[in-house]
Amino acid sequence: MAFVHRHKGLVPYLLLLPGLGFLALFFVVPAYYLAHTSLQTGSLDAGYAFTWAWENYTDAISTYHEQLTRSLVYAGIATAIALAVSYPLAYWIAFRGGRWKTLFLLIVIAPFFVTYLIRTLAWQNILSDNGPVVEVLRAIGVLDDGERLLATSTAVVAGITYNFLPFMALPLYASLEQIDERLIEAAEDLYASRLQAFLRVTLPLSLPGVVAGTLLTFIPAAGDFVNAELLGTPREAMIGNVIQSKFLVITDYGQAAALSFVLMAAILALVLAYTRALGADRLAEAR
Amino acid sequence: MSESFTRVELLRRGAATGLFLTIPTSLLAACGGDGIEGEGGTTAASTQVSRELKDQLTISNWPLYIDIDEDTKERPTLQQFTEETGVRVRYIEDVNDNDEWFGKNRAALAGGNAIDRDITVLTDWMAGRMVRLNYVQELDKSAIPNASNLVESLRSPSFDPSRDFSMPWQSGLTGIGYDVERAGEITSIGQLLDDPKLKGKVTFLSEMPDTMGLVMQLDGADPSTVDEAAFQKAIDRLQAGVDSGQIRQFTGNDYSGLLANGDVWACAAWSGDMVQLQLDNPNLRFVIPDEGGMIWTDNMLIPTGGDVFTASTFMNFVYDPAVAAQIAAYVNYICPVIGAKEEAAKIDAELAENPLIFPDDETLSKVKIFDAEAADNEDLKSKFQAVVGA
Repeated sequence: MAFVHRHKGLVPYLLLLPGLGFLALFFVVPAYYLAHTSLQTGSLDAGYAFTWAWENYTDAISTYHEQLTRSLVYAGIATAIALAVSYPLAYWIAFRGGRWKTLFLLIVIAPFFVTYLIRTLAWQNILSDNGPVVEVLRAIGVLDDGERLLATSTAVVAGITYNFLPFMALPLYASLEQIDERLIEAAEDLYASRLQAFLRVTLPLSLPGVVAGTLLTFIPAAGDFVNAELLGTPREAMIGNVIQSKFLVITDYGQAAALSFVLMAAILALVLAYTRALGADRLAEAR
Repeated sequence: MSESFTRVELLRRGAATGLFLTIPTSLLAACGGDGIEGEGGTTAASTQVSRELKDQLTISNWPLYIDIDEDTKERPTLQQFTEETGVRVRYIEDVNDNDEWFGKNRAALAGGNAIDRDITVLTDWMAGRMVRLNYVQELDKSAIPNASNLVESLRSPSFDPSRDFSMPWQSGLTGIGYDVERAGEITSIGQLLDDPKLKGKVTFLSEMPDTMGLVMQLDGADPSTVDEAAFQKAIDRLQAGVDSGQIRQFTGNDYSGLLANGDVWACAAWSGDMVQLQLDNPNLRFVIPDEGGMIWTDNMLIPTGGDVFTASTFMNFVYDPAVAAQIAAYVNYICPVIGAKEEAAKIDAELAENPLIFPDDETLSKVKIFDAEAADNEDLKSKFQAVVGA
C-alpha cells in the first residue's frame, strides 16, 4: 500500500513517456527543422543558408493570402457539410442500427480501403461533364446546358467532404453510441418534446464527438491539395498546392516552410476560437 | 554545389548554427539520409572505376516503361540481361514525377550519399540539374560501344554536350491530343487558346517545358533558347486563357481519363499516351501543331554511389538494336536507337511504321527541345507556377 502511495505521483508521468517521446520525435523535432528552414534563403545551385529571412513570412502572406483564405473557406464549408451529413447518419446507426451497427460502420469506412488518390480520380468520373450526376442536374434545371461540375469549386468542396467524411462520422458515432437512452426517455417523461429532448440532452452529450469530428475534418482539409489539383482549376488552388509547388517544383524551401507555418498558425487560431466558443456554450447549457 | 557552400558556411558561422544547414530538406524525404556529413568523396569523375560486374543492378524507372510479360509478370529484356551477364536486376518503378523524385532524394545526394540506385531515369532538364549539381557519375564509355547507335539528334544536348553522364532511355513528343468528333480538326495551339467552341474543354500540361514550349512557338519564338520577353508573352497568353475559363486545368497524365470521358476535347498531350488511348477510341488524334511541337528525352544516369561499370554494361545492352526494338514494341515512346526500326519490323511491321514510335524526318523537323537551363530557372518556374495557380 505504502509502495503504491509513494509512487502515485510518478506513475502517470511514466505512462506518458511513450506518448511524449513520440511527440518529441515526430512533432517537435520536425517542427524545429521546419522553423529553421522557414528562415533560410538560397537556391539549389548556390545552396541554402540560414539568414533570419522573416521576409519569407511576409512575402508568403502578401502573395498567397488568397489561396490561404480559400483553403480555410473550402475546409470550413466541407466540414459543415460533413457534419450535416454525418450527424443523422451516426445518430441513426447509434440508435437504430441494432445488430447491424458494425456492418453500417464498415460501410462508412469502406472508401478508406481504396487509396486517397484513386478515390479522388473516381470523382472525376462521377462529376464528369457527360456523367450521370451532371445529366440529372441538367434535367431538373439546376445546371444550365453549358455549365459543369468537374473543375469547379463545387467539385473541390464535394471531393474534400467525401474524402474526410469518415473522420467526422466515426467520432460522432462514438459519442452518440455512449448516450444512455434512458436520459432521453426521462426528458420526454418530463414533458420535453422530441426536439427539446434532442436539443437539451442528446446534442449537448454528443458535443465531444462534434468537436473531435470537426477538428479531425477541418485540419487535414485545410492543408489538402489533391482535391484542388484533380477536381479544380487554377482558380481553385489551395494553400497546399502552393506549398507543394514551392517545395517540389520551385525548390524555394524557405518560403514553403514559412507558408506551412502560416497555415499552421491560421488553423490553430481558428481551432482555439472554435473550442472556446463551444466551451462557453456548454457552460451556458449546464446552467 | 550546395555541399561546398554549406561547408564554408558551417566554418564561418560556427558549428552551433551551421550544423543544421543541410538537414532541413530531409523533411521532404522520410527515406532520405540524414543529410549531414556524408561519405563526401563519392562525387563524379572521382577515383578509378571498377571493371567488374556486380551481382545486382538496381534501376529506378517510370512506370510502364519496359516490356513485361502480362502472364508471368516477368520482364523479358531484364531476364535476357541476367542470362547474358549473370547480373540480377532489381527494377523499381518509383519515378512518377521528376520534381517529386528529386525532393525525395536530394537530402542524400546533397550529402554525398548513395541512394541505392545504379541507374535512374530522368527527363532532360532534371538530368541537367543532376549533372550541374554533380550528383551523378561519369559513364564508362569503353563499356558502351553501342553508344554509336544513338540517333544523331540526341548526341549533344546542352546539359551534357558529349553524353559523358547520360544516355537516352526513350523520347517522346509533346503535341495536341484531341477528340476529332467533338472538337473537329485541330492544327494549332492557337485554337486551344482562342477557339470559343473549345472553351472550358482544354487542358495543358503541368510540366512547364511542355506547355511553355508549345505556347512560345505560337508566337514564332524558339523554346530551345528561351528569351525572357518571349517567355513572358506566352505566360500572358496562358494567364488570359485561365482567367477567361478557356483553359480548364493543368494536368499530369490524368488528361487521358478526361479526354476519354469527353470532359476535355483538346489538350497538350504526350505521344506515348495517345498511342495507347487511340487503341480504345479511334476518334482520338495526336498532332504536332503547325507552329511546332516539342520533343523530350528521359535519360539514364548513374547517381552517386551507383556502380559505374555494371550500369554502363546495362546501357550498352539496351543500345543493341534488337533489345531496343523489344522495349519499343512495348512502351509506345520514341526509340533513340539506330537500327531498332528494322528490328522492330521483324516483330511487328505495323509498329515500325507508326510515326509516333519511329518518327519520320518531317515530324522531327517540326519539334524542338526545350532549353534545359530555362526549364530549371527558378524565376521562370515561379512565373509558370503562378499561372497554374500555385
